[in-house]
Amino acid sequence: MKDGVNGVALAVFIFFFLAVTVMGFLASRWRRAENEHSLDEWGLGGRSFGTWVTWFLLGGDLYTAYTFVAVPAAIYAAGAAGFFAVPYTILVYPLIFTFLPRLWSVSHKHGYVTTSDFVRGRFGSKGLSLAVALTGILATMPYIALQLVGIQAVLDVMGVGGGENTHWFVKDLPLLIAFGVLAAYTYSSGLRAPALIAFVKDTLIYVVIAVAIIYIPIKLGGFDEIFSKAGEAFAQTNPATDKPRGALVPGEAGQWTYATLALGSALALFMYPHSITATLSSRSREVIRRNTTILPLYSLMLGLLALLGFMAIAAGIQVKNGQLAIPQLFETMFPDWFAGVAFAAIGIGALVPAAIMSIAAANLFTRNIYKDFIRKDATPAQETKVSKIVSLLVKVGALAFVLTMDKTVAINFQLLGGIWILQTFPALVGGLFTRWFHRWALLAGWAVGMVYGTVAAYGVASPTQKHFGGSSAEIPGIGEIGYIGLTAFVLNVLVTVVLTFVLKAVKAPEGVDETSPSDYTADAGDPGVQVEMEKATAPTH
Amino acid sequence: MSEAAQGKQPTITPLRVVIALCLVAPFVAMLWVSSYAKVEPLFAGIPFFYWYQMLWVLVSTLLTMVAYKLWQRDQRARKGGDAR
Repeated sequence: MKDGVNGVALAVFIFFFLAVTVMGFLASRWRRAENEHSLDEWGLGGRSFGTWVTWFLLGGDLYTAYTFVAVPAAIYAAGAAGFFAVPYTILVYPLIFTFLPRLWSVSHKHGYVTTSDFVRGRFGSKGLSLAVALTGILATMPYIALQLVGIQAVLDVMGVGGGENTHWFVKDLPLLIAFGVLAAYTYSSGLRAPALIAFVKDTLIYVVIAVAIIYIPIKLGGFDEIFSKAGEAFAQTNPATDKPRGALVPGEAGQWTYATLALGSALALFMYPHSITATLSSRSREVIRRNTTILPLYSLMLGLLALLGFMAIAAGIQVKNGQLAIPQLFETMFPDWFAGVAFAAIGIGALVPAAIMSIAAANLFTRNIYKDFIRKDATPAQETKVSKIVSLLVKVGALAFVLTMDKTVAINFQLLGGIWILQTFPALVGGLFTRWFHRWALLAGWAVGMVYGTVAAYGVASPTQKHFGGSSAEIPGIGEIGYIGLTAFVLNVLVTVVLTFVLKAVKAPEGVDETSPSDYTADAGDPGVQVEMEKATAPTH
Repeated sequence: MSEAAQGKQPTITPLRVVIALCLVAPFVAMLWVSSYAKVEPLFAGIPFFYWYQMLWVLVSTLLTMVAYKLWQRDQRARKGGDAR
């Protein structure tokens, strides 16, 4: 790392940061509806986004700053194993093609804002809905914290924040400013702010990746050179484990891990509240299906980005903290001004998802905890107010998390979050296709999955950590090493199915289903959709 | 795989089987890791393992597009031409 502040890069970074800040505040005027004080407006952008806005929003939402830093960092550290992110994102799209349009339709028809809204309506169970909501909030919090870690990595490399001896306040001031600004425009503009900023973020990211993938290999002597150097580096023995550092292709033993991680992560991605928030903000059912055919562009970008991890090795980047590998590569390889653009891309890349995640978590709290349990008669204006305040609290919480605790804590929790959120899959996706599952069985299955996943993850040791050292462990009964989340998910489904048979046999009360089969295929403009929307979201127009 | 609960005629048609195949194919290809866990053949210096999976990004996109088009046709046929 260079000493001192990289002035040119910092200036470019600040320029872009100011530009998106202005956009964030102006966003509240963008396509504003008459009724500002409903949660549909603030929390879902009025459910008005078309194909391209949704595309940018989802891309900006799912491919976070942390992704940009962590995926190449994983490749830098261990090689092939880190590339699972690519098959993971390939599998996401055929998957959501089948279930998201149904979720969109039923949510539109009944005015659902969160997945828990749907689960409550479908199964008539506040308990199950609460479980889904809490899981969502718990899984999202560390994810927001990791966005901050992404910004920190960039600030560190730019030399902002001072050395070890700087007073903590001066050191963290840039981060505090960035977050204060983010919190302010999310509060005032809601989902419209990240939707507008996502344009800038994704454009910057695409430009940076396109340049990086051409410019850096030319400087390093081509991909042959890059991969042969990386191969040599991976073959060296890691003193901590006494095994080679990594491999260019996964060996026999790593293949189960690779496949289960890809599948488990793909199943989990659209269980995250922020993915659903971005989905429900789209204007029609068709927008979602069309998006599954253009979203894979991001996967391609992710694949190219992952290759940067190899380039960092070939360029001889040495960092103690793997998270810094890519920012450091940019600073070493690019002229200062373009390094600034690249850092801005990562920094803004953190703001968009952080905003959407905090909105999503706030919506969950408002709809499924505040309204269901605390104030049953809350008006839409009150709901919006509570959501706005909670979105602030969520961010402050994430900030406190990052500033007071070690980064590895946030990473451990995010790992757990992925395992946890996958346990809501049977209730949500199962519920979209069938009402066969019993609500209590779903709740029991969820609990078993959560406990198993947490205990198993706790038991994973790594050379640097005694617990939560990774996300894979031996799959009981198969003996291969696999993703804990997926094993927990299979257990979850087994428990749910067996208990459903039992509960049906003893005729346990099934709960009221407020949806009907045709709700799941309704599109905007269909008779009845608009009417019920207005009823559900209260006094409009 | 299909939204068969479409009211009167939740039948499995050849069209829907093709749609399902388009959506299932990426799962088979990507989860069968041993089929692509190798270095050779290289493409522009990039090991097979990496370029093959990136190629599948394009292939799966194409398959999803086909599924989307076929699904639209299926829906049009079902709703008697008035649905888009």
